[in-house]
Amino acid sequence: MHRLNTPVLRGALAMGGALALWQGVVWVSGAPHFILPGPGRVAISLWANAALLLEHARFTAINLLTGLAAGVALGVATALNLALSPGARLMLRPMLIFAQAAPVFALAPILTLWLGYGATSKIVVVMLVVYFPVTSAFFDGLMRLPAPLADLAQIMRASPLRRLLLLQAPHALPALASGLRLAVVTAPFAVVVGEWVGSSRGLGYLMLMANGRGQTDLMFAALVVLAAQSLVLFAALERLARGGTTAPQAGQAGAMPDFG
Amino acid sequence: MTALHLHGDLWMAGARLIRGLALDMPAGRWSCLLGPSGVGKSTIARLIAGLPGPHRLEGALSAGDGMPLAGRVAMMAQDAQLLPWADLVHNVTIGARLRRARPDTDRARALLSAVGLAGLEARRPAALSGGQRQRVALARTLIEDSPLVVMDEPFSALDTVTRLAMQDLAAKLLAARTVIVITHDPLEAIRLSDRAWLLGPDGAEALDLPDTATPRDWRAQATLAAQAALLTRLHRPEDAACTG
Repeated sequence: MHRLNTPVLRGALAMGGALALWQGVVWVSGAPHFILPGPGRVAISLWANAALLLEHARFTAINLLTGLAAGVALGVATALNLALSPGARLMLRPMLIFAQAAPVFALAPILTLWLGYGATSKIVVVMLVVYFPVTSAFFDGLMRLPAPLADLAQIMRASPLRRLLLLQAPHALPALASGLRLAVVTAPFAVVVGEWVGSSRGLGYLMLMANGRGQTDLMFAALVVLAAQSLVLFAALERLARGGTTAPQAGQAGAMPDFG
Repeated sequence: MTALHLHGDLWMAGARLIRGLALDMPAGRWSCLLGPSGVGKSTIARLIAGLPGPHRLEGALSAGDGMPLAGRVAMMAQDAQLLPWADLVHNVTIGARLRRARPDTDRARALLSAVGLAGLEARRPAALSGGQRQRVALARTLIEDSPLVVMDEPFSALDTVTRLAMQDLAAKLLAARTVIVITHDPLEAIRLSDRAWLLGPDGAEALDLPDTATPRDWRAQATLAAQAALLTRLHRPEDAACTG
């Protein structure tokens, strides 16, 4: 019980501290509530607009998860393909590096122009933002099979596909987890940017609209909901990474950087 | 079972490592290649196993039955080469899985039990000791049923007592197979070999071995005498000058 409670307790303390600081700034600066609302006002707005926030949060969350799933699936498939085929490596790798250098966020306006104001353009922005870190992290992991295991594959006369799926892929799972962490951190940005560029729904749209109308407390409330979404996503991933991929081994724990 | 013949010069990245090798390793017997670090022992192991590297043989490597070696050599290395994410049964059957064959998990369990790991089948390698990991590697080597087995310093990382126990176990389970043991441990070579050679830059020198059956008792007078003779042979005056 004690062990379970301490992180929660610490989290609550940090949260309380942050809220106190926020309220302190509001008092000391004497800023009007339409410039900087205090936590109390935001909480009231959160409660009063719960239905509205929930509706927009649903739209954002669905796009976020769809884009994330599509980007991860595409990234994993690309990395597996690259690892299996030297020809594909030769062709695709420079493209990947170039694509990673170009800021995908900057493509959001053109994607909206092409795909419209609906869900598709947001999903595609998220997908693109997720795709590159997942592909490059997983691919790097796949290509770094330790020499003893590469020898094993050779001695056992492994087929290239079996070598990939039975040796390279499991070995690359911690690397994939690192890529996913990066993806999960950037995906919420991407979905909001997509909504800012052009949308009539979603938390990003709600923030812009509330800001324009001077409803700063509602804007902050939307931001809180968005942050909560990101946190839930990140926590879910951590759980998955810990339970599924590397079924923790004392000697191997260091392979996975701890972002928490 | 098949004999193995290795003749010629061994080259490593443009430099000659060993000249005039003439090794005839008989079928169904244990042959040991003994030598100091850096002489090219492990290179010979990689050569026989068909593993890539900067080495090159100017000469011939052939099986006694005239068939190609590729795919007929199992290898056990100092590093057990286990999959850290897989349990022991999965580790032992990895060869079949990699070849798209049906893994024989019953046989894997039987072999794990034969190497003394019954009850630990569900463990991961990280939860094993060094000696236990080599036992898993031994079971994985056995399940392959290869005509040739190359062991590259298989027990070097183990403590002396564990090493002696592993030598006995390997000798029992791999009896009557063509086994090539690469080692730097004189006692290991004397305990396990039917034939043994000392490797040097100028070729391989055949060693005298006791007439007793392998694995030779490490307490037996003949074993100890052979070990002493071999240590004397290894401890040359010019080496003594270096070590003081």
